Amino acid sequence: MLLRHTPKEITERSALTINPAKTCQPIGAMYAALGIHGCLPHSHGSQGCCAYHRSALTRHYKEPIAAATSSFTEGASVFGGQANLLQAIQNIFTVYEPDVIAVHTTCLSETIGDDLNQIRDKAQKEGKIPEGKHVIGANTPSYVGSHVTGFSNMVKAMAAAFATRTGHKNGKVNVIPGWVEPSDMEEIKRLAAMVGVPIILFPDTSGVLNAPLTGEYKMFPDGGVTVPELISSGDSLGTLALGEWCSADAARWLDANCKVPCMILDMPFGLKATDRFIDALRTVGGVSVPEEVMKERGQMVDFISDMHQYFYHKKVALAGDPDQLIAMVEFLVTLDMIPAYVVTGTPGKAFERRIKELTKDVPYECQVKAKGDMFLLHQWIKNDPVDLLIGNTYLKYIARDEDIPLLRWGFPILDRVGHQYFPTAGYKGGLRLLEKMLDLFLSRRDRDDPEQTFELVY
Amino acid sequence: MREAILEERRGQVCVSGAGPLEMACNRDSLAGAVSQRACVFCGSRVVLYPIADALHLVHGPVGCAVYTWDIRGALSSGPELHRLSFSTDLQEKDVIFGGEDKLRAALDELIDRHSPKAAFVYSTCIVGLIGDDLEAVCREMTEKKGIPVIPVQSEGFKGNKREGYQAACKAMFTLVGTGDVSDVPPVSINILGDFNLAGEIWIIREYFERMGVTVVANITGDGRVDDIRRAHGAALNVVQCSGATLELAKMIQEKYGKPFIRASYLGIEDMAESLYAVAEHFKDVDPGIMERAEAVVRDELAKLLPSLEKFRKDLKGKKAAIYVGGAFKAFSLIKAFRHLGMKVVLVGSQTGTEEDYEELGKITDPGTIIVDDANPLELSHFIKEKDVDVFVGGVKERPIAFKLGVGFCDHNHERKEALEGFIGMYNFAKEIHASAMSPVWRFVPRRALAAGEKE
Repeated sequence: MLLRHTPKEITERSALTINPAKTCQPIGAMYAALGIHGCLPHSHGSQGCCAYHRSALTRHYKEPIAAATSSFTEGASVFGGQANLLQAIQNIFTVYEPDVIAVHTTCLSETIGDDLNQIRDKAQKEGKIPEGKHVIGANTPSYVGSHVTGFSNMVKAMAAAFATRTGHKNGKVNVIPGWVEPSDMEEIKRLAAMVGVPIILFPDTSGVLNAPLTGEYKMFPDGGVTVPELISSGDSLGTLALGEWCSADAARWLDANCKVPCMILDMPFGLKATDRFIDALRTVGGVSVPEEVMKERGQMVDFISDMHQYFYHKKVALAGDPDQLIAMVEFLVTLDMIPAYVVTGTPGKAFERRIKELTKDVPYECQVKAKGDMFLLHQWIKNDPVDLLIGNTYLKYIARDEDIPLLRWGFPILDRVGHQYFPTAGYKGGLRLLEKMLDLFLSRRDRDDPEQTFELVY
Repeated sequence: MREAILEERRGQVCVSGAGPLEMACNRDSLAGAVSQRACVFCGSRVVLYPIADALHLVHGPVGCAVYTWDIRGALSSGPELHRLSFSTDLQEKDVIFGGEDKLRAALDELIDRHSPKAAFVYSTCIVGLIGDDLEAVCREMTEKKGIPVIPVQSEGFKGNKREGYQAACKAMFTLVGTGDVSDVPPVSINILGDFNLAGEIWIIREYFERMGVTVVANITGDGRVDDIRRAHGAALNVVQCSGATLELAKMIQEKYGKPFIRASYLGIEDMAESLYAVAEHFKDVDPGIMERAEAVVRDELAKLLPSLEKFRKDLKGKKAAIYVGGAFKAFSLIKAFRHLGMKVVLVGSQTGTEEDYEELGKITDPGTIIVDDANPLELSHFIKEKDVDVFVGGVKERPIAFKLGVGFCDHNHERKEALEGFIGMYNFAKEIHASAMSPVWRFVPRRALAAGEKE
């Protein structure tokens, strides 16, 4: 029992996080920046941060992750990192030739007080940024928020750095997908195309972090939102921000600064959230929803009706990020399941209120905690077990010790593949979630049912 | 891409056989480089974390604890406290007002709950900046809790992994000499610089035990605090790896007069050499030991050599590239590849020293590219130029190799098979065979094209 150290009794902890359900801001900024075409993320801090983020992203996506670092030394930590960043900008444009360098800070550079804007201006004045190339920056102190905050900050920085209002509307809709898989971003683009609404999706890691094998190493794969698209986002008809935590800040920035009206939606996971996304697309784009989309929706409802008795009142414990968890909890309630315990490492009382609201009619006293950890989740489970775990790979310790099936969903997934290629967003993605959950429940029965009741047909 | 090598990095790329090799290594990475290197904290963490009955608390923002949570398969035969992740999760107000109270409270709670034999408290970048007095808190908690609470001065910005190794060694050295060694026999060693990935230290211990050598402490794979306290009692320290624990061996030698030798358990020659070197050291005390060492090698080789033949047949003439953390590992790998009839055409390390690179220059074939602190562009450039069949590296190199349509063997944290010892040579050959010979590479456009042109 790897987690034999977890006691059943729950005590208040304020000084200590055990088995975290979050990580720090910079990795989110790095992931977001990879969704810009031809962009090299740059970590303004010690070498270790950059190495860790690249390793973690590599383990999740099974793709090469290129990112540069300011390689802070003791000197930089005393005298500031300006010289390092200036040299870095020059070196990067000379050797790696990206279109964009997306700089994010770290706890180190934040605390010594480096000013990214001022350093970028200096680089510009000194001619270190070649014509037509860009340096953007986001503040991502590791001791505030979580990786989700870092993602949001970099997405907002993209809008703020590029979006320009010319006064001529481009006829497109901005969609900010939030921290979802490249496969989900692809699915969102497919759905929008089916509905017939031209969109600018940013960031867009599809084609970047699920690139094909060609025999060539490309530091900058073909995918990603382009700089002209980002510039044009200031002229869009509207913005759909998918997820309050990941995407709303950028959308509100566009609203306030470029007069692009925004709608903050949930991420389109599950039936109702996907319905709302499709409906919002329809409204903003001024189109009607085509038959093919209705067919996909109908198939999803069909699946649920066929197998609903196997989902009935199954208890689930979830750990993950706020936007994903909100959508998933709503989906579980739709399926007549019980989202018994919900933990995110990301702080935010609003998250707890939203989950409480979503689960108010569920016949179980659902527990929710923001700024929680997996140790707490395990304690809850020890007090009253569940039928299913949903979350990232780190839940496999609990899954093994308590013998509970685990649906791997979220970040990071270190021990399975598929999330790069198969979406869980939209109706098609919902079918995949349903299939996976059902498979876990029924495999259990096939394993555990006594011989007499071992069934051929479900 | 205009140029694969940054002008400033020219001194860090050499070609073997073109005169004496002068590598401009041991430099800080250039700002802006896509370096494969890590930081001081990372170095300390990987060295100490396998000590399984100690508490490991990371004092800093949450990330540093998350990225080092159970990522290295350092197996334990007993306690597994080291596989959990404990962080003080510093917040903005802690950065402003200091994190000492939080640290104290965290230690208080954790030591009461888990009763560890010792606690290691890792400092991170931010702790170095805000000036928390780690030493004072640790001293205070040592008194209060009655176990050693040891500060590890591993602020990330103080250098790269090697400085981290030194900080880890300093931390461990505070334990050495505090245990009773009256029952330690004269023919005894400590195994240093092995982290028991995939159970490797168990293999090595068994060889030594068959030779009649008592192992006092594993440092640090499957490590225990009480063993490390007694480490000064062992007659000899056997140090593997490029210096992760070399500093500790030197400190023990200086204070307790116990000598050390360097060893490698990778590949046939180096494994056998290591056993013989230990036997040689003890031959006056135990005259039969050399014979027993020879018997171990003989028995193992009798099993191993015939089993390698089938791999050798396929792999003969294939080309390999090596990029590892420490250069010492590269020495062994070069020899191991020779046993398989393969040619090493590219070799590099993150943290090699001048002497390491000189040695690499000597043992590689002329024309071999030797590189220090490489980046993905350089690696991919040379892999293509040299038409490599299989690449040995770590987590960040794996997808680069695969994108190029080249086989890969993880010789770092994420190895799944024991690669040390004689059985390790078999596993290594099998892994190389599995990857280099995989049919998947035939479906890679670049390589399919090249193969077509050759025919």
